[in-house]
Amino acid sequence: MGFEDTALLSRILTTMTLSFHILYATIGVGVPLMILIAQWVGIKKKDDHYILLARRWARGFVITVAVGVVTGTAIGLQLSLLWPNFMQMAGNVIALPLFMEVFAFFFEAIFLGIYLYTWDRFEDQRKHLLLLIPVALGAAASSVFITMVNSFMNAPQGFDLVNGELINISPLLAMLSPAVPTKVAHVMSTAFMTSAFVLASIAALRIVQGSTHVYHKKALLMTMKLGFVFSIATALIGDFSGKYLAEYQPEKLAAAEWHFETEDEARLILFGVLDGQEPKYAIEIPYALSILAHGVPSAEVTGLNEFPEDEIPPLWIHYLFDTMVSIGMWLAFFSFVYVVAAWRKWPIITKKWFRWLTVAAGPLALIAIEAGWWFTEVGRQPWILRGYMKTSEAATTSGQVDLMIILFAGLYFILGIGTIVVLSRMYKRNPVEKELAQRQKADKGGDPE
Amino acid sequence: MTLEIIGVSVLWLFLFLYVIVASIDFGAGFFNAYSAFTDKQHILTNIIQRYLSPVWEVTNVFFVFFFVGIIGFFPQTAFYYGTTLLVPASLALILLAIRGSYYAFATYGAKINHRGYIYMYGLSGLLLPASLSPVLAMSEGGFIKMKGDQPYLDYWALFTSPLMWSIVVLSITAVLYISAVFLTWYANKAGDVKATDLMRKYALVWAGPAIVTATGIIFELRGHNPEHYSRILDLWWVFAISFLLFIGTVYLIWKKKNYGLAFVLLVGQFFTAFFAYGVSHYPYLLYPYLTIYDSFTNEAMAIALIIAFIAGLGLLLPSLYLLFRLFLFDKDYVKGKSDYHA
Ligand code: HDD
Ligand code: HEM
Ligand code: HEM
Repeated sequence: MGFEDTALLSRILTTMTLSFHILYATIGVGVPLMILIAQWVGIKKKDDHYILLARRWARGFVITVAVGVVTGTAIGLQLSLLWPNFMQMAGNVIALPLFMEVFAFFFEAIFLGIYLYTWDRFEDQRKHLLLLIPVALGAAASSVFITMVNSFMNAPQGFDLVNGELINISPLLAMLSPAVPTKVAHVMSTAFMTSAFVLASIAALRIVQGSTHVYHKKALLMTMKLGFVFSIATALIGDFSGKYLAEYQPEKLAAAEWHFETEDEARLILFGVLDGQEPKYAIEIPYALSILAHGVPSAEVTGLNEFPEDEIPPLWIHYLFDTMVSIGMWLAFFSFVYVVAAWRKWPIITKKWFRWLTVAAGPLALIAIEAGWWFTEVGRQPWILRGYMKTSEAATTSGQVDLMIILFAGLYFILGIGTIVVLSRMYKRNPVEKELAQRQKADKGGDPE
Repeated sequence: MTLEIIGVSVLWLFLFLYVIVASIDFGAGFFNAYSAFTDKQHILTNIIQRYLSPVWEVTNVFFVFFFVGIIGFFPQTAFYYGTTLLVPASLALILLAIRGSYYAFATYGAKINHRGYIYMYGLSGLLLPASLSPVLAMSEGGFIKMKGDQPYLDYWALFTSPLMWSIVVLSITAVLYISAVFLTWYANKAGDVKATDLMRKYALVWAGPAIVTATGIIFELRGHNPEHYSRILDLWWVFAISFLLFIGTVYLIWKKKNYGLAFVLLVGQFFTAFFAYGVSHYPYLLYPYLTIYDSFTNEAMAIALIIAFIAGLGLLLPSLYLLFRLFLFDKDYVKGKSDYHA
């Protein structure tokens, strides 16, 4: 098997594992904050519904965390197994945040264990709430550190390469590459946004299925408000990400926008198909690309023709970018409408089709996460370390990658199905109405459970 | 002490901790499955779930720590081991996934207690040490070879090697022995007489095989890697201490006395043996290609990693203390008097 082949197979396996892991990781970063907020609101308002909400979310959360841990361990090892040459170099320069991430995992895993097994153990709910803070911090920190590694791959710095030797290595500089501010902020805000919409979808689904309990309405309104806040943040930070790209990775932005000639007053192209270098059937927004790239309508945007043929990323990332941005815009708009309608008591919210749109929010956000990562990673091609190492040079020479792809595909399939089956069974067997009734009985001195 | 020595000691220490906590976890799964098979499940399941469910993620992080840390301190290992371990490490990942999903789906989640699942979970506890431990054999040299400038793993040499198989058998017996001793103590604390008796029996059963296979490996090494063998002999007195600690553990378990101390002695036994083995392996990470010196990272990174490690430890130790106080040393929790699961 040739060198190129193992590189392609390794890319397939990496893509598979990361695309699967990122769904769980995103939820792992965002949901602790949601639980924190719900429990806090519950304590403040002395409203048992919110506390129960936090508790039920936490139960589901453990399951996604466990799968996140399993797939995370897989990707962690696979990076060395599939990209040994890259990791050998990366180990010399960017090992620091990877290493720090492990401590963040420790911190999160320890306090998650404690938090889950100490419900009602403290007289004062607030003490229990405190235990959740390290979980949320640990999860956020782990995403910050791993995103720093990915930023380094996109905008490497902190070393010099002289005759194939790495010299003048500065771990801190490598860790704080120019891609870090926008990337970290965007990854965090999208994690919060996605988690809020996923939880909103669940509440909306229960209502569509006929539950009329006020518990679900409270959950839905709260998560939609949070989703709105974070989707605005996401769009703003996404705009900054565009400016980062224009400065440091202009070829990625140009490929995403099918922007061939360097020109000012550049238009933004949405969807469409490419005919040679001419987009057809596309929605065009004048000046918008110049604004996205530099903040002024007249600014000059570098085009693809400035780059050597073999350093241009695949042009289909255009659709990934469009998918992400469209979903982002839609969700910001939709959650705004929802919140206003709930506040003004417009009857539209109770319409079935509107409920179904709400149910769609969570899956849409997850699709945007996938599209966003694929866009960043495929948009970095042909580089694995932009400007220094090509992906094809980094791959393993082992001949068994194809078998491993089949093996892991099977594993992720089972884990994915398992998550869905177990989560839905768990909530079906113990619907909130039943749990609320039991708690009331317990409060009145009846038998607990 | 050089930076290289600090780095490798930190990694070896965390690997040791992983060996202990993971052995408890792996072995417990196996005993659970075995007792389900012989219809004694109710004796063990509770004990196992009370202790393992809250901590298995922490156990897993010890493993992650080791492989992330080794790439950080010794990046060249990525090239040699990364290239050659694709298949064994992937299999280990699948087995880890079975365990992780068992906790997720069967103990936290909808309580899928299908027997097949319990058996798979139990079996993975034996197969995991069997799939991870060959790496120790590979590090002795002779199995990872070079084709041009690319390393590859000679499966035939590996699978026909008595050294490899004795390491596999040792890892399995050690897992069962460590786990049984720990669970004897835990069950005793929980005041569960039946479970204590059962685990005590297992501990005594597995003590013999564990020590015999461990000794066997030293003799296998004589033929396979004489250099390493002679360095082991230089450290004979450490192995002697380890053996005395072993006798102590077995004596206490036999006499049904002080199971807590018995477990502490056991940790001491493995600690001394593990470190003596590590020291005698020095300076090689992979005979004869890699030593800790030629594969070491640059100085700036090494210092940064050590600082991060110290800071991380400052965070980790108090948290671990809290975790153990709540789940290992809290009488009510251990006895199952209070259940506060979300
Ligand atoms: C819920 C998911 C989601 C949504 C709605 C958006 N994004 Fe995004 N985007 C991501 C999820 C994401 C991501 C998965 O988090 C990425 C992939 C890698 C990264 O750093 O963040 C990303 C990357 C990413 C990049 C590339 C950064 C780089 O390669 O360094 C840009 C330019 C944008 N986004 C811009 C936007 C804009 C203008 C949006 C308008 C609303 C938007 N994103 C919505
Ligand atoms: C190549 C990239 C990645 C690697 C190597 C990686 C590695 C890992 C590992 C090893 C674990 C398991 C930790 C444990 O044993 O407890 C894990 C879990 C996790 N990862 Fe990833 N990860 C990657 C990408 C990401 C990204 C981009 C994020 C954040 C946006 C992320 C967030 C998490 C979180 C929060 C967990 C904890 C489990 C959970 O809460 O769901 N990971 N990851
Ligand atoms: C967790 C979020 C991430 C996701 C979903 C993700 C996704 C992807 C995808 C889809 C590819 C395939 C690109 C292609 O084949 O054209 C890829 C490649 C790769 N990514 Fe990422 N990535 C993430 C973060 C990271 C991070 C943090 C690292 C580094 C530690 C990383 C390392 C790699 C490597 C080594 C490759 C293979 C080379 C390549 O094809 O570019 N990824 N990733």
